[in-house]
Amino acid sequence: MPPLDQDLSRALENRGVSRRDFLEFCSLMVATLALPTRYVDKVVAALSQPQKPVLVWLEFQDCAGNTESMLRSSHPSVADVVLDLLSWEYHETIMSGAGKQAEAALQRVVKEEKGKYIAVVEGAIPTADDGVYCTIAGRTALDIAREVCSNSAANIAVGACAWDGGLVRANPNPTGALGLEEAVPGVPVVNLGGCPHNVANTAAVLVHYLTFHEMPALDQYNRPLFAYGAIIHDQCERRAHYDAGRFVEEWGDEGSRKGWCLYKMGCKGPVATYNCPSVRWNDGTSWPVKAGHGCIACAAHRFWDWSSPFYKRLPKVPGFGVDVTAEKIGWGVVGVVAGVTAAHAVGSVIRANASKLDNQKEGGPKEDSKPASPEA
Amino acid sequence: MARMVVDPITRIEGHLRVEAQVDGGKISDAWSSGTMFRGIELIVRGRDPREAWLWTQRICAVCTMVHALASVRAVENALDIEVPNNARLVRNLISASQYIHDHIIHFYHLHALDWVDITGALKADPAKTSQLAQSISEWPVSSTVYFKGVQDRVKTLVESRQLSLFTSGYWGHPAYHLPPEVDLLAVAHYLQALEFQREFIRIHAVLGGKNPHLQSYLVGGMSTAIDPNWPDAPLNPERLDFIAQVAGTAKNFVDQVLIPDVLAVAGFYRDWFGLGAGPGNYLSYGAFPQGRIQDTARYFMPRGFILNNDLSKVYPVDPGKVAEYVTHSWYEYGEGNNVSLPPAKGETNPKYSGPKPPYEFLDVEAKYSWLKAPRYDDHVMEVGPLSRVLVAYASGQPEVKTMVDGVLAKLNAPATALFSTLGRIAARALETQLLANHIVGWIEELRDSMGHGDLRMHNGDKWDPETWPRAAQGYGLFEAPRGSLGHWVEIEDTLIKNYQIVVPSTWNAGPRDGKGQRGPYETALLKTPIADPERPLEVLRTIHSFDPCLACAVHVVDARGRTYARREI
Repeated sequence: MPPLDQDLSRALENRGVSRRDFLEFCSLMVATLALPTRYVDKVVAALSQPQKPVLVWLEFQDCAGNTESMLRSSHPSVADVVLDLLSWEYHETIMSGAGKQAEAALQRVVKEEKGKYIAVVEGAIPTADDGVYCTIAGRTALDIAREVCSNSAANIAVGACAWDGGLVRANPNPTGALGLEEAVPGVPVVNLGGCPHNVANTAAVLVHYLTFHEMPALDQYNRPLFAYGAIIHDQCERRAHYDAGRFVEEWGDEGSRKGWCLYKMGCKGPVATYNCPSVRWNDGTSWPVKAGHGCIACAAHRFWDWSSPFYKRLPKVPGFGVDVTAEKIGWGVVGVVAGVTAAHAVGSVIRANASKLDNQKEGGPKEDSKPASPEA
Repeated sequence: MARMVVDPITRIEGHLRVEAQVDGGKISDAWSSGTMFRGIELIVRGRDPREAWLWTQRICAVCTMVHALASVRAVENALDIEVPNNARLVRNLISASQYIHDHIIHFYHLHALDWVDITGALKADPAKTSQLAQSISEWPVSSTVYFKGVQDRVKTLVESRQLSLFTSGYWGHPAYHLPPEVDLLAVAHYLQALEFQREFIRIHAVLGGKNPHLQSYLVGGMSTAIDPNWPDAPLNPERLDFIAQVAGTAKNFVDQVLIPDVLAVAGFYRDWFGLGAGPGNYLSYGAFPQGRIQDTARYFMPRGFILNNDLSKVYPVDPGKVAEYVTHSWYEYGEGNNVSLPPAKGETNPKYSGPKPPYEFLDVEAKYSWLKAPRYDDHVMEVGPLSRVLVAYASGQPEVKTMVDGVLAKLNAPATALFSTLGRIAARALETQLLANHIVGWIEELRDSMGHGDLRMHNGDKWDPETWPRAAQGYGLFEAPRGSLGHWVEIEDTLIKNYQIVVPSTWNAGPRDGKGQRGPYETALLKTPIADPERPLEVLRTIHSFDPCLACAVHVVDARGRTYARREI
């Protein structure tokens, strides 16, 4: 890698980021996104612009789980994200100002940064009864989302609720809750499902966007393929036990203690996609299956309604080691057949995306920056 | 006379609005309103009670795990299930680490900026800051060079004119009066606490698979099977070593950073020992069972309540005396507007009758909040760390008594000073220290248990719904970091028939009741001086001292009288 030029060094120094930490972070992002290593330079350059891009984070019918998950960000650290990489100008849970000053900050961004800022949305948007089930500063969530998300450069829905309405929308959906792309049709949205989102993925998407000015390759739900393309069962550390027919039969039994397969306890891993088993949580420390509990498919579309009852075994999978059948049955159950083929395309799509950019000359024409449209 | 509106109240979880009347520079009346509603109790109806915890945990992720625990306890209570000792220990460990984590985030990231002027830090002398830091604490990260680095980072931020999260703060407000060196110290620790919380919560990842929204609870115990001989056991000697090591870092951070910072900040704002008093009644359900859950006398944090600021008497709690009013809440009761109903017979229909958005003011004479107004035997109760510490202090819990007396002596303040905005902050810090003192020992208890061959983590006698009675009712109580939490469940034909939750912030942030009594926030704001009604810093100080969590507070609905069919998918 060529040495950093003076301007960059100074820019980093000015932001209080050590050069080493910054480069480490950029390399990690390149790895997460499965980009060739020569892209480190591109990432480094994109993230060291003197004027920081502006981000606003809206919270509607939420539990702040995605905010909390964001606070656990380690690469980059949350302080680096909110103070150095971006100008994080509105986020109810952690911003300094309140009331009028908070709302004025949001209004400034919408007007003065029109078409340039990133909007992150957390929580569902209630649409029943004129939206009275969520108001902020006297305005409905729907009203705010329409204004903020139609003037932004990019919208990112984090967590199940902002994506598809999540738990709030689960039957009987008392408040008419919807996810962002249904509540505000027509605005481009990248969805980062999960309950909550895994901040490792969200950080990678932000960095990809800041680097290439477009979102990474997306699936039929506008989710980044690098995070949502692979079946959990296929990546599971307990997979060998499934193939060998070793199952947890009762909570606390020998199989529980030896880390055997949780399929019989209702694990939804065979029908769920997410990079949870590889990225894991809290700086890669663990994930639910490692703690002995089945997957509830929290990153799947409308999972609250179809994945519950969570302790009910998936439809019968004949024999052992017949995982192909398990997948077929599973996907049939959730009706997301397209995802299977998408899963196999992940690596190649991202690499193709990267090489397209690679071929661009400096200052050459931009690729279409609109996110892929849903196929399903 | 002016009506002041603060909406949104930020640096809390959820959506809270405060309207206040200001007369002669002081608040003469106040109204607290929750402005978001989801209806989670309604959503869990008709579902398997064994999974209610997965749903109700999503009420809130700042308070992650607290609803999961109250939920499994409610179902275990209904079905008469006793959990193994190891599961009790794992649950206590998760809860204790939640307290420590949550309280530290609250002080530094949700509350400190009400007392600390970031721009003040620019005027500090890093060498003097270093001297100050070293005079109050052994914490090693305290060199002049370090504080200079933090100051430079703030300076760059300010000069860039892109202040990010600090864009809209009340910098330069006349109510800020820390010396610049204390401002700089606090800003530095704001950043350090961000790192600390991220590392510390890896305990939850081990014990719960992930944080937020842990995924290891089970009705009857925990999924974290324990085995000394298997490397793939969710809990084994290596994993216990890991969490013991992480837990050990909490004691250093709390003793050497949090406590000295709280004392340093409090010393410059002593007038806030005389402001922000709540209703004077304090409730605690008690927490951290040291034996069977029924053995409430052996809880680490005792159960009880105090009336009228009288610390000479602690009354026993009868959960049957909890009842909720909707007189000023956007719900309807069949029996009229002025009665209260206990959660076990909860009856609510959401019915918004407030102004049509967008609106400027609420009609506070009528209904004005999505929160109900819970009362204990018609008493308004404050809940949270202050209540728990006062109940423990008044019950004569020796460790709490020593700690509280020690801090009061350092601050040269009487016990009555605790009934205040600063009292809440001090109590929260002390409680953090108390748990940091014990968490490692509780991990050792679990290790001993494993070493002695007790590997039971789950009681599966009643896992199969066929073993259940046709109908059952139960409740689960817990002290969440923010205060008293109760889940009530009614099971019929193996499914949830009714589910009710009364949470800490509903107690504290609720509106007036059928007798016109103000909720705790509304009372605590009275007489608060307001230097500049356009910049309501003082309101934030008192409201934040309660550590509001509005997502928790507003979730309630019981659709008696409304029928929803459970859709089969």
